Amino acid sequence: MLNPALARHDPATASRLMLTLLALALLWPGLKLSELDLGVLFDGSNADTMGTFVSAFWPPEHSGEFLGLLWHATLETLAIATAGMALALGVALPCALLATRAMSLSALSRGGRPAWWAQALRWPVRGLLIVLRSIPEIVWALLFVRAVGLGPTAGVLAIAITYAGMLGKVYAEIFESVDPLPARALLGTGASRLQAFLYGVLPQATGEMLSYSVYRWECAIRASVVMGFVGAGGLGQQMDLSMRMFAGGEVASMLLTFLALVLLADLLSRMLRWRFA
Amino acid sequence: MSTLKAPPRPDCAAEPEPMVKLAGVGHTHAGGQVALRGIDLQIARGERVAIIGPSGAGKTTLLRLLATSLKPDQGELELLGKQPWTLAATARQRLRTRIGLIHQAPPLPPRQRVVTAVLAGRLGQWSLFKSLFSLIFPLERQGAVDALGRLDLADKLYMRCDQLSGGQLQRVGIARVLYQAPDLILADEPVSAMDPVLASHTLGVLGREAQRRNATLLASLHAVELALEHFPRIIGVRDGCVLFDKPATAIGHDELTALYANEQLEHAPSSPAAPPPQLNIPRC
Repeated sequence: MLNPALARHDPATASRLMLTLLALALLWPGLKLSELDLGVLFDGSNADTMGTFVSAFWPPEHSGEFLGLLWHATLETLAIATAGMALALGVALPCALLATRAMSLSALSRGGRPAWWAQALRWPVRGLLIVLRSIPEIVWALLFVRAVGLGPTAGVLAIAITYAGMLGKVYAEIFESVDPLPARALLGTGASRLQAFLYGVLPQATGEMLSYSVYRWECAIRASVVMGFVGAGGLGQQMDLSMRMFAGGEVASMLLTFLALVLLADLLSRMLRWRFA
Repeated sequence: MSTLKAPPRPDCAAEPEPMVKLAGVGHTHAGGQVALRGIDLQIARGERVAIIGPSGAGKTTLLRLLATSLKPDQGELELLGKQPWTLAATARQRLRTRIGLIHQAPPLPPRQRVVTAVLAGRLGQWSLFKSLFSLIFPLERQGAVDALGRLDLADKLYMRCDQLSGGQLQRVGIARVLYQAPDLILADEPVSAMDPVLASHTLGVLGREAQRRNATLLASLHAVELALEHFPRIIGVRDGCVLFDKPATAIGHDELTALYANEQLEHAPSSPAAPPPQLNIPRC
């Protein structure tokens, strides 16, 4: 026998097999409980209804008047997403700095483990981030439409709140995932925590933060469209109107606009990553 | 003759407070492995000391204790006349601005530019606004150029740290500490990635810098010849204890042999399937 290690069984086999079986066993009740039945798609009358709706998509509407409307709605959607993200960033960055373990001074002399009281102080911020992101933006949008009336303001506020929670959590995790030694070395030369963050953590985290933020901005564009259906302005509101009037051509034009917006976000993300990652 | 000017008095070489004072300092790693035990040490201002000893002897742990990046489990530690672990956190951060540690593998963000990495040495003395501004438009570039110039790296000012070789990166780490201009310079294997000529030259630069500013320099080194050549005082560390602490001129061949003696390596060739290493029994 050449290698005695080969003669033994792979010690991981049993646990991996169990995990596979467990995953399959959990999947089945999921399909049952969600009452997924692909058959309804091909049911006669359903297929006809969908068929007529989709066939009205061609040709996409391209009259000058409608394009003007579309242009305006697109700008409004972009504005909602961007303003919402900007507000969210304002909340997320300080929260992430408070919640992350990466900037712990007490961890410096303890081999990277913060003291228990320092950990306890981070929990309220983590809790706040959880509350912010656990309520879907559509619920916030419904709430704000009642509070501030129909229009983009409700969409901006809804995105700001939910996305602050998501961005804060992910930023905090990104800060913890980079090499902690540069920041610790700076803390060791008497730098403040914010300075150590700027010179030790940020240079390593920029690429990932940018790419995630642009991805979230793309999500915000889509979310602002969904929220338009409940009256929060933008392309979604326009699409809601077109769908009610069964104007398939207009819906098609708007879907093409989405496609262009998502492509744009993707290009932007790739450009930023190429520059910063 | 004017009596207003006092005649220049000879500088008092003996400062009352030693720069570094350790009394019975010990440290145990989180895994339960004893790294240092019962270290007594006094180092005065302006002294240049080399720490030598075999791998795993506790040299790095000793330097990290002095850099206040580790807290000793036993004993008393006094740096620059203060006990760092009895100070409040802000006062300790102020004390840390006067201590510079040169790391064996300088922890620099790969994408950071050399100029920023060097200027970061003075963050402890800068305001937050200044450091924020300098992150975008480097301020005090001349200081960085001077520090790098003394290590023949001035042409790398705008390079990114990941574009440098290991030896160049080590010199950037040294330039950062030169720019920080601390009272206590600690160096953990500062020249391990350099060729012998460059290593000797770099240690010379460090030594002259310490002498010029009357700073205390403490460096751990693997190369004994370099230690004997550049440092007046040598501390030999083995198994977490100080084996000897003498002027470089008084170090004999026997002491070095005892310091680096390795029973396991001597037996190694005779039996390939060596038994697991035994617990280290302190020899002091």
